[in-house]
Amino acid sequence: MEYVLSAAIGVLAASGIWLLLRPRTFQVIVGLCLLSYAVNLFIFSMGRLTVGVPPIMPKDGSVNPSAYADPVPQALILTAIVISFATTALFLVVMLVARGMTGTDHVDGKERD
Amino acid sequence: MLPATEHLIIAPILIPFFAGAVMLIYDDRRRRAKLAIGLVSAVALLLVAVELLNRSKGNALSGGNDIGFYLLGNWLVPFGIVLVIDRLSAMMLVLTAVLAIPALIYSAAGWHRQGQHFHSMFQFLLMGLNGAFLTGDLFNLFVFFEVLLAASYGLLLHGSGQLRVRAGLHYIAINLAASLLFLIGVSLIYGVTGTLNMAQLSVQVAALQSADRALLHAAAAMLGIAFLVKAGIWPLSFWLPTAYMAGAAPVAAMFAIMTKVGIYVILRLSMLVFGAAGGASAGFGADVLTAAGMATVAFGLLGVLASQGLGRMAAHLVLVSSGTMLAVTGFALAGGGAPMLAGALYYMVGSTLATGALFLLIEPMSREEGGIAALLALTADAYGLDPAEDDAQPEVGLAIPGTLTILGLCFGACLLVLAGLPPLAGFVGKVAIFQGILDAGGGMPSAAGWAFVALLLVSGLASIIGLVRIGIQTFWASDGVVPRVLALEIAPVVALIVMIVLMTTQAQDVLRYTDATARALHRPEIYAQGVMRTPRVEPAPAPANGDAAGDAP
Repeated sequence: MEYVLSAAIGVLAASGIWLLLRPRTFQVIVGLCLLSYAVNLFIFSMGRLTVGVPPIMPKDGSVNPSAYADPVPQALILTAIVISFATTALFLVVMLVARGMTGTDHVDGKERD
Repeated sequence: MLPATEHLIIAPILIPFFAGAVMLIYDDRRRRAKLAIGLVSAVALLLVAVELLNRSKGNALSGGNDIGFYLLGNWLVPFGIVLVIDRLSAMMLVLTAVLAIPALIYSAAGWHRQGQHFHSMFQFLLMGLNGAFLTGDLFNLFVFFEVLLAASYGLLLHGSGQLRVRAGLHYIAINLAASLLFLIGVSLIYGVTGTLNMAQLSVQVAALQSADRALLHAAAAMLGIAFLVKAGIWPLSFWLPTAYMAGAAPVAAMFAIMTKVGIYVILRLSMLVFGAAGGASAGFGADVLTAAGMATVAFGLLGVLASQGLGRMAAHLVLVSSGTMLAVTGFALAGGGAPMLAGALYYMVGSTLATGALFLLIEPMSREEGGIAALLALTADAYGLDPAEDDAQPEVGLAIPGTLTILGLCFGACLLVLAGLPPLAGFVGKVAIFQGILDAGGGMPSAAGWAFVALLLVSGLASIIGLVRIGIQTFWASDGVVPRVLALEIAPVVALIVMIVLMTTQAQDVLRYTDATARALHRPEIYAQGVMRTPRVEPAPAPANGDAAGDAP
């Protein structure tokens, strides 16, 4: 499972960075989305990989922590998803405004000569 | 139960939050009401910040009692989020409030009419700034960073126009990418140490196994890049001049403190984690900070010399100021000593106020040339603002007499501070930095120390050359058309300069404060132990079915 997850993060991050460096605004925003997926998976993996164990512990008594998944990274991902969703939406609006004002989808607002 | 005065620590976050939210209820045309709410909020922030500053001074140098703590949701320390107020945080809170009030007053002269929800976004920016200065938790820091960034996106686009939209597009893309690096760094730190609490991190770092140490360094470097982008360090700062130039005047003035957030976090985290308590990691990143900080100063001074307009020049002056701070942080991390850091903190306050004032001066100074004024009219047109509604009598209000004299004097004062000439605060700050470097360890400073001294002197010279050139163009070689400047526009600038003069006349008190701040920063164990020992608040005798623990944060 480690290999699959690392490969997924690597491929997503690599394609995200490549797209981020492209000159079209649409490519940039797709690149940012892919990068944020990679980052979210990365955060998830920082809680160690476990299969089939719940993140929520019973209220009373001491428990064996190895029988439970780490809930903190999952909470962090939820926050990160919400925030990056909102900022990406904002970026999309700015992108559309720029397209409307300059008549081109180049990130610099004009085509290279 | 917590005594009511202890709740004051969270007030700098709550006041602008509620002020901004209440404004959303009002129709956007009721700008006077919004302005009034915004001003009340900013003044309240200033009062709270000064009270917190007085409290954090305490009586001893920094015996644990000087630091205030606030447990959100009353969770025990390493598990919940804790707000921490110490000397450095309190100083930054005061600086934010001092800069916010003039910027708000300036916006009343017309800028807040150029787009929607200016005042709400301004309050949310203040909330994010204050939260970032107060929090003691890494992920909470991320959240507050996003709050202030989201507000700054809106504010940068305020007034619209092609120039701003293009600058905003670049600014947002860069900051989104930097935020992703921030997340990678934070989660890697969590993966290695199992904590997000800055104080616990500081305690744990010395005891790390050597296999994990490399990972922690990688995480810190990732995190550092995210903050350095915001601080505008040299190879990562090419977005900054364009963005700062494009912003509306009051927005650009507030942005003068946005680079300081990055510097604040770098200073706080590196002194906590890689300072004296760092064990084998002590001093990590010091060389990079020193070298890149000096490169930033060099880039900034070349930019100042090359700039044709005052806007671009002011943005490069921001770079010089933040480069100086970063280099000093590097020196301090490598054991440069507290006096130098104290001088740098003093210099930072002075230069932030001066760049803020300079950004407010740009528009009135270049008005006769039609630069920004024409842009303003153009953007108002593009935005579809009804001229009959808002601009029936453009520039209502008291125009000041002797316009050029007053503008010139204000400009001169900013020049003196930014170039580090006597008698104003810039000179005092630079002398204190030099003194700290030259006295370091009783011996002669290192080669890097000499290089830094030389670079600072040259940057002062470059600032004089650049600013005097602009001054001559504007005030002496003008074609006789005196711009009409409202009292509302010049009063904030004068207020900022009065603050700088006060800082200069009270230099001894301010320097004593920054000196104690710098020495407290060199003793991270005070901060760490203070946070870790914060007791939970005993719940009040609850009703039979009361949930004493409270909700999760």
